[in-house]
Amino acid sequence: MKFIVAIIKPFKLEEVRDALSPLDVHGLTVTEVKGYGRQKGHTEIYRGAEYAVNFLPKLKIEVAVDSAIVDQVVAAIAGAARTGQIGDGKIFVLSLESALRIRTGETDLDAI
Amino acid sequence: MFSRLFPRVPVLSGAFLLSVLAPIVAHAADAPVPDKGDTTWMLVSTVLVFFMAIPGIALFYGGLVRAKNMLSIMTQVYVITCLVSLIWVIYGYSLAFTNGGGINSFIGGFSKAFLRGVDANSVAATFSNGVVIPEYVYICFQMTFAMLTPALIVGAFAERMRFSALVLFMVLWVTFVYFPMAHMVWYWAGPDALADAAKAVAAATDATAKAAAEARLAEVTADAGLLYKWGALDFAGGTVVHINAGIAGLVGCIMLGKRIGFGRELIAPHSLTTTTIGAAMLWVGWFGFNAGSNLEANGTAALAMLNTFVATGAAGLSWLLVEWALKGKPSLLGLVSGTIAGLVAVTPAAGFAGPMGSIVLGLVAGAVCFFFCSTVKNALGYDDSLDVFGIHCVGGILGAIATGILVAPSLGGVGLADYISSPGHLVAGEYVFSAAVLSQIKAVAVAITWSAVGSAIIYKIVDMVVGLRAEPEEEREGLDLAEHGERAYNY
Repeated sequence: MKFIVAIIKPFKLEEVRDALSPLDVHGLTVTEVKGYGRQKGHTEIYRGAEYAVNFLPKLKIEVAVDSAIVDQVVAAIAGAARTGQIGDGKIFVLSLESALRIRTGETDLDAI
Repeated sequence: MFSRLFPRVPVLSGAFLLSVLAPIVAHAADAPVPDKGDTTWMLVSTVLVFFMAIPGIALFYGGLVRAKNMLSIMTQVYVITCLVSLIWVIYGYSLAFTNGGGINSFIGGFSKAFLRGVDANSVAATFSNGVVIPEYVYICFQMTFAMLTPALIVGAFAERMRFSALVLFMVLWVTFVYFPMAHMVWYWAGPDALADAAKAVAAATDATAKAAAEARLAEVTADAGLLYKWGALDFAGGTVVHINAGIAGLVGCIMLGKRIGFGRELIAPHSLTTTTIGAAMLWVGWFGFNAGSNLEANGTAALAMLNTFVATGAAGLSWLLVEWALKGKPSLLGLVSGTIAGLVAVTPAAGFAGPMGSIVLGLVAGAVCFFFCSTVKNALGYDDSLDVFGIHCVGGILGAIATGILVAPSLGGVGLADYISSPGHLVAGEYVFSAAVLSQIKAVAVAITWSAVGSAIIYKIVDMVVGLRAEPEEEREGLDLAEHGERAYNY
């Protein structure tokens, strides 16, 4: 099993979800986050007071998948989230040791 | 000749004069009774001005602070309205609007403390001969001004003032700064008292009677506040409200010092949506403020309303365009800040200037206040959190001086009022540019000095008694939790 963490642009969420639905992905978790990378921040001006805002809003998607489809899932996320501009985000793939569905007690592949 | 001897006073349109003339002539001996239309308009105006304080200014300022200080702003503004409602009827109205005897030039007396002698039949003068409104309405209307003015100051030291200090400061400030300023600018004997005294002079048959009548006329004319006697024009409170509050704010933000993190951390408005709602409420309420200050429902009130539309629109566009040109983007905050600057600037001019003059005033006010809020504030480095000085004081000064210019009939203004030359008839007095502008400049200078000195002393006293500034850890945590034990948003 693999655990995929993807940082994407906020407005790309629906496209990513649509890209994942034909695959065998049964759920994902989304968190609003802030961060910086190569994409620099922006300037906000309030009545002449200028602030450099270095941390930009992003979404973090977390999804657990069967190792067999991890490449397809990563490709689907990357394809849907790409705009070609700096700041499209990153995808991390981690090994997942175990999983448990709280309601039924099912474990591992049955739980994801 | 009389226009030189006697103060210039607010004037009314010629068309309206004709309409009030007939009843005066027909019932000269009868005491005037309030008109229901005027009374209704003033009741409505009173509520409109009250709406500017809560929730108008509370939302406007509240959105501009960080989320952790939202409730402190709302609490401060709200508590000021509660405090002033009591202070006003206990002694505030009396200090502002009665004769103060030996110091009448500066402040009134206690003859109407606890509203002694005032009942539902009491009347207050307007700006027209023979037209009065119930004194209770006048008391309520002026009460809302006394609530709004201290509430404006809150923005200057937002996010760092201790609540107990704020309460003590505001009680002292309205007492020693606001009531005297209101008295100096707005207290006068009224048109009927002037007309009666002037008629007595004309009716005097022998030299002794004439001398006595002239002495009486001089006495009635002198029964006014200092700035009124100087001929200063302030239709709805440019000096009393905006310069007064703006300077108190500037002194306050300097004496309290900058907020922690000022200039280094992101201290951005937490909700410009809230701010815009508040600003729109202010604009709506301002029709009561400006058009209501006419005290009668007539053409001059409508003129003040029209000016309050166009000067505000012009100033909003002016700020927006200047910011767009200089900073690259037309911001909503810039747009609404411009409208507030325009409202402030047109306040003293509302019933005096013509609509075209008001547009010019608005265009200038938007650009000048933008310059003060961006360039000047940054250059001088004071932390006027919400630009009380840059908008209210600067806009107020601009409007006050411009009023002396825009009142000129040649520029579309209504001209200076003369209640004396033709007693019982309001005629246009002689307009002299230098005299009119000079009296405005003198009024501005007095307002600045009075408020700066008075406020500085009061801040110092409050600092010694309870301490002005919240502790650093309280300021970092936010005044909502530290001072009030609650937070604005739970999500």
